[in-house]
Parts: sequence; C-alpha cells; structure tokens
Amino acid sequence: MPDITLNVNGDSKTLKDIDPEMPLLWALRDELNLVGTKFGCGIAQCGACTVHFEGNPVRSCALPVSAVAGKNITTIEGLAKDDQLNVLQQAWVEMDVPQCGYCQAGQLMSATALLEKNSNPSDEDIDTAMAGNICRCGTYVRVRAAIKKAAAAKRGDTV
Amino acid sequence: MSTHFTDSVNLNRRKFLGGSSALVLAFSIGCKQESTQPASSATVDNVSADVATSGSIPLQSTTFNAWLSINNDGTVTILASNPEIGQGVKTSLPMILAEELDFPWDKVIVEQAPVDPVVYERQVAGGSMSVRSLWDPLRHAGATARAMLVKAAADGWGIAVNDCQTENGRVVNSITNEAADYGSLALQASRLPVPNADTLTFKTTSDYTLLGKRIGGVDNQSIVTGKPLFGIDTTIENLHYATYTSCPNIGGTVVAVNLDQIKKRKGVVQAFIVKGKGGYGDLRDGVAIVATSTWAAISAKKQLEIEWDTSNASTDDWSALRQQAARVATTTEGELLHRDGDVDAALAAAKTTISATYSYPFVSHAPLEPQNCTVRVVDGRIEIWAPSQLPAVAMKTAVETLNIDPAKVTVHQTRVGGGFGRRLYNDYFLEAIAVAMQAGVPVKMQWTREDDMAHDYYRPGGTHALSAGVDAQGKLSAWKNHFVTSSEDNEKPVRMGVYPENTFPRKLLNDYQVSQSLLSQTIPTGAWRAPVSCGFGFVINGFINEAATAANKDHRDFMLDLLDSEDEIPNFGDAFLPARARETIKVVCQRAEWGKPQAANRGLGLAFYYSHNAYVAEVADVEVMTDKKVKVHKVYIVSDVGPIVNMSMAENICQGGIIDGLSTMARLELDAKAGAVVESNFDQYQLLRMPEAPEIDVHFLQTDHIPAGLGEPTLPPIAGAVVNAIFAASGERVRELPLSRSGFTLA
Repeated sequence: MPDITLNVNGDSKTLKDIDPEMPLLWALRDELNLVGTKFGCGIAQCGACTVHFEGNPVRSCALPVSAVAGKNITTIEGLAKDDQLNVLQQAWVEMDVPQCGYCQAGQLMSATALLEKNSNPSDEDIDTAMAGNICRCGTYVRVRAAIKKAAAAKRGDTV
Repeated sequence: MSTHFTDSVNLNRRKFLGGSSALVLAFSIGCKQESTQPASSATVDNVSADVATSGSIPLQSTTFNAWLSINNDGTVTILASNPEIGQGVKTSLPMILAEELDFPWDKVIVEQAPVDPVVYERQVAGGSMSVRSLWDPLRHAGATARAMLVKAAADGWGIAVNDCQTENGRVVNSITNEAADYGSLALQASRLPVPNADTLTFKTTSDYTLLGKRIGGVDNQSIVTGKPLFGIDTTIENLHYATYTSCPNIGGTVVAVNLDQIKKRKGVVQAFIVKGKGGYGDLRDGVAIVATSTWAAISAKKQLEIEWDTSNASTDDWSALRQQAARVATTTEGELLHRDGDVDAALAAAKTTISATYSYPFVSHAPLEPQNCTVRVVDGRIEIWAPSQLPAVAMKTAVETLNIDPAKVTVHQTRVGGGFGRRLYNDYFLEAIAVAMQAGVPVKMQWTREDDMAHDYYRPGGTHALSAGVDAQGKLSAWKNHFVTSSEDNEKPVRMGVYPENTFPRKLLNDYQVSQSLLSQTIPTGAWRAPVSCGFGFVINGFINEAATAANKDHRDFMLDLLDSEDEIPNFGDAFLPARARETIKVVCQRAEWGKPQAANRGLGLAFYYSHNAYVAEVADVEVMTDKKVKVHKVYIVSDVGPIVNMSMAENICQGGIIDGLSTMARLELDAKAGAVVESNFDQYQLLRMPEAPEIDVHFLQTDHIPAGLGEPTLPPIAGAVVNAIFAASGERVRELPLSRSGFTLA
C-alpha cells in the first residue's frame, strides 16, 4: 500500500501504507484524528461528511483518499483561524442553530463554500447550496436564517 | 449531600480552569475559612481543592448535591444529568438550578454527569420528561443551596436571614449593603444542616432572570469547531475498529462464513462469529470483524459471504400486511376495546354519518449518527462510551451480560447524534461488549447506515376504519374506530402498536367505541418520536375535518364545540383539560388569520393533539400546484406546555418536530420482504431537505402548569394540519401516509 500526502487545513500530512480506496472521511477520522467530519450514510446522500476539496464542498465518504493526494482539504477544524470563528460559525452560535449538532459540521462546510462564491445569496441560492445536507433534527429554518445573517455580516450590512 | 462526584468534577475542573483567577477572600465576617493548601493535602470532607496548572492558586470546589458544586473562583459547576440528544437538556436543566440558586449564567460551567442510577433516578431521554421530571428536584437543589449560602452569610454577619438577599451569585446584607460571593461562603454553607423542603422559598415567574430567556446551547462552540463530542468521536489508547453483521432477515442465525478469507485482508486483526440470544432487544447472532481502521472493517464487511439459517427468522411482508389491514378494517368488526354509550344507535340517529379508512406505514428512526459503541475491558472492569437515551439501562445490561459487580462498570454519556426513540434500545451495546470481550482489545463497534436501517425497532404501521355521526346542531355525536394493528403473539399488540384508553375525542361525546384486530407481524417495533400519537395525530385530525365538513361547520368552530367541556379527562400523564386545548386552537387560528379568504389552490388546515402532557395546535398554509405538487408555505404552532425554560431551544424543537413530521408524512415508508427491511439508505428513505422546509411561526401560551417537554408533542398534529390544508386547497382527501401514495410530492 502506498504513502499518500494530503494538505489538510494548511498542514501537510502523510498517510503511511494507506489503502488508496479508503474514503477521505475515514482517513480524516481514524488516521488524522480529525473527528469533526461526520459519518452519516457512506453514499454521499446526507452531507454530514462535507469537506472542502480545493475550496469546493465534497462528500468525503465517497471520495477515495488517493483522489485527493497532494490537494488542499479544509475540514470543520480548519474554519476558524487563530481561534477566531468564521462569520458563519459566529452566526451559528449567535442564532443557536444546532439541535443534536451531528450534521452541523457538514452544514457549515456547505454554507462556507456558498458564501465564498456568493456573498448575497437569495433564498433559492441557499436552498440549492444546502440541499445536499440533511438535518435529521430539522434545523433548516435556523440554518437558513444564520446563512443570511452571516452573509449580511460579511458584506458589512447592519443586521 | 453527596460527595460522589468530587473527584470527577475536580479532574475536569483542572482541565477547564488551568491558571485561573485568585481565590476570593474579600469576605471576612468571621466564618472559619479553610486554609487553602497546595494540591496533595487539600481534600477536606466534601470539599476538594486543587492547584491550578499555574501552581500557585488553590482552587476549591464545594459539592452541595448531585448536580451542584460551588467553586471559589466565581464559578459554579452544574452537572447535566440526562442524555443530550438534541432536545437541549444539557443547557435547560442546569438553567433551572441556576435560576433558583440566583447565579449568573455566564459563570456556570456545565458538565455531563456520570451515569449513576442510584444518585440520578431518571437519566433518560424519553417521553419528553427530562424537564418535567427534574423541574422540582432542580429547583429544590438550587433553592436549598441558596438558603444555606444565605444562612452562612447571615451567621457571619450576625444578622437574621431575613436581612439578607441574593443577587447574581452574591448574598447581600440588607442593613449594611455588604456583599459576599457564593464562592467565599460555600464551605461554611455546606456544613450547615440541609433545610427542610417546606422552609424553602422559590422564585415566582416574574422574578425569573434566566428562565424563559434565549440561551445558546452549552456545546455550540464545540459543535461549530468540530470538537469530539459524540460517541462516534471516542478515541482511546490501542483502539481497534469493529463491524458487526447480523442477518437481514430478522432473527436469522449464522451457519457458515468465509472467515479465513476475511482474516487475510489487510488491516483485519480478527474475525469471528458471535452467538446471539434472539429475544427482543437481545444480542443478535452475527459476524464481528476487528480491524485497524473503520474502513478496513467496513471494506472487509462488504466481502463477507454468510450462510444464514432463516428457518426461525421473521417472514414479515409489510406491503401485504398493509393490504390485509385495509381489508380486515372494513370487512370485520374486531374485538371491542373501549366503549361508552351505544355508538351504533347514535350513528343511526345522526343527521349525517361518514366513514373512511386511514393508514400510516412502518418507519425507521434513522438518527444521523449511526449506532456505535466503544468498549474497553481491563482487569474485570468495563468502560463504555456510546450515544444512548437510556445509559443506566445500558449499564445494567453490561452488568447482567458480564455478571460483574456494578461498581466495575462505567458508562460515559456522550453527546447523542439524534435519538427519536431509537437509542432507548441498547442492542448495539451488547454487540460491542461481546466483540470487545472476545477480541480482548478495546473496540469501537461501528454500524453502517445499512445496518441501522436493517436493525431498528420500527414505528409500527396502523390502519383505522372510522365512522362518525353529526347531529342536527352540527356537533359530533358518535365516534367509532376499528383499529387494525399487528401482533407478535396474536394476543396483544406489538410495542407501540396499542390504542390508548381515553384517546381523543373520548369523553367529549356520549357514544364512542374502539375495537381492535391483530395481524401477525414479528420484526421488532418500538418507541418512535411521540409513540402512538405520531400516527394517531394524523388519523384523528384528518377524520375530525371530514366530520366538520359533513356537519357543514368550520373546522375551528367544530373543534371548539367538541371541546366545550370543563371536565378533567384522565389520560396517560396528566388529565386532559379541554379549556387548555381550546385556547391553543383559538390562538393558533388568530395567528394564522383563520377564515381569511384564500387564493385559488391555497388553503389552511388545522390540527390539535394532546400528548406528553402538552397541548399543541398547528395550522398549515398550503398551496396545491399542478402535478399534485404541494408547497407548505408556512406552519403556525401554538402550544401550552406551562412555562418555557429556554426560549431558544424551545422554539428550535418546535420547528424540528414540524420538520420531522413533514419529512415522515411526505414520502417515508418502509417495506419488508421475507422478514427483511427493503430500504437500506437515504437514497431510498428520503428525509426532508432544506428547499422543502416551510417558514414556521412558533408561539407559547406560557401558563402556570408544571412544564411539559416539547421533543415529542410538537410532531403529532402536523400531518393532519397538512392533509386538511390540502383538502381546503384542492378538495382532495389524503387518508394514507406517506403523501407520495396519493401522488402528492412536496415542492
């Protein structure tokens, strides 16, 4: 089995003697002890495992680790810089979005990718960007509101 | 007072407080202060002292009861005793204590309590009972500690307790305006006699400074930064990763398996057969794979070739069962279950009668965190980490399984990635324990989503053949229901497939009858969010709407007429008070502008349900578009659950109950063939997604009753409200769930 090097949250990480078919999800969780990325379905249906692959949201449960060799990966652990929460994480805390919290890392990764590309998303833009993330507890109303609040904060609007 | 938790509290505090503030000794009123000594010698009866990592500041923590320790750095530690499954009790329960303690929330450190069934009688996430059952104990715990702190201060100042008051974590001398922090009084206070409960004073609702406010969840910061919180996140030394594979045909056993081939796979450490017991909730027969990573175990699991003996397995066929139920419901009478008056005579005398058959399917819990359990067995001691709604039962199970001293079993409460009733069953604990015992290494046993869909304790389906009569005044005059449910033994209904006594509208009219038929079915069923009510809420509200329509009455007015009673109607839990129900219906209709003319293809639907001591009325605002696309624009929910503890989570949970209800009504249905559930993952079991989520208006009546929970009772009305709105918008009745059966899809 080969060694595979990834760039995770800005750090270069080498996975020794790794099964190239191992999904990125399990490499992050079991090999790199980054357990914020969650397992929900294993077939890219629920979005709990969403991470950024070169800035784009992807389902890490269905992405072999060999496919991301040498690439930049960002996980939920990498969103805050120097303990400073990003604008979405702040909105999430301020609006008390989570219920059980299990899907929230995936929701935040999808929402962060959305705001990177579109700082003034419409309701439809938000629905489209977030449709791949299931919240079994049903926090959709607050997720939507928190994204709007964060987008406004990012644009510098008063909310 | 208990000293049980001093050690664990202190260990955690050491981590939390490292290099903390100076010990406050400003208070000098003659109380004997313990000298605060460096680490090793500083444990004095129920007090434990510790030295912060800075090495110079002794931290002292005084334990007052099973929940509360008062620290000498201006903080208190409150242990959250019940499992946190997303219902917010890790925040709301400590809030109740902090309110009566009169202590500022931003100085409260919340920690999850250890599992101890002796100290904490009801460490359960179920029945929407956490706040309700702990409301009084936690108020007492806070008020008792507060009274002792006041007494200690009064003694020190040489004044009467009546000359003291508390504010924000301090006792204030009303004569001199001197003040003393709780932390400086704690040790002395803890040595005073515990006051009798009848001497305690409690705040009134108008005194509350914390309860009813919007308080963010205590784990939010950790959740949004991806910190380990959940069972699945457990990491311990020498951890191995396991899968467990049992027969898809429920009850099947292992005959043979390609273990040699599996063991040769890279990363697989061990593979073996585990013999099960086969009873309800027992260990299932299965094949364990223990590996060096979760992926190695899961990829090996995919290569398993298992020969199953299915001779004693279930033969359930749920689509056939549903068809059979529909036939039985309308062609037979069933066995009489509940009867008041003479329903057939009342139906014969009615001005108008109606009949209809309603049904709802089997569904799965599908919590987003798949079942998992980490077990370490060392020197006859067993340690378990897992998401559970019933950790004390998990502990008991471990004790019985291993036949060991309860003191040798530790169950750690992790945060739980969704429950919905599924984690009231601890089958996955049994599997993990069995695997860890046999493997001889610590294991994290991880189910796949497919395991979870295949081995649930499902919400049973049900079929109701109803008849109703309305009299010349347009009031409901007769109610008859033939309930067809399933049974493992053909003697009693399956778990949560029962028809509770005094189900609405019983006792609100004179002539009422319920009969029951049992059909054979053996895949295990269990408690699914708002058990029984989750299906009945749809049936009863849909049929009430049909009766109102037959009476040519507005649904709201028809309900208020029916509920025009001051009787107390016995129910599971508290008696049902019609006046409380009427108020929720009136207010929800006001908020939804009930009666206002609607655009074409748009309608409002009303539903009310009483369950878990909670009164919940909902109105759905729905548009029926071309191709039977249904847009749920907005849902209004008004509930009377007594006072609200945490407004933020209460609102969130109401929204969640409605979303879950919509999700389930829209397209969730399981089939079983040859005793095996057919749907295996979220591509076939499609939960609601954000584009389908409506706007939700949440309102609470906030009455003076003992608080009821919200996790369950918010769900039962929504399906009825939506089908009634579909009727208002389109004239089409939906009598079976999910909606997809009638060709409707959510837009």
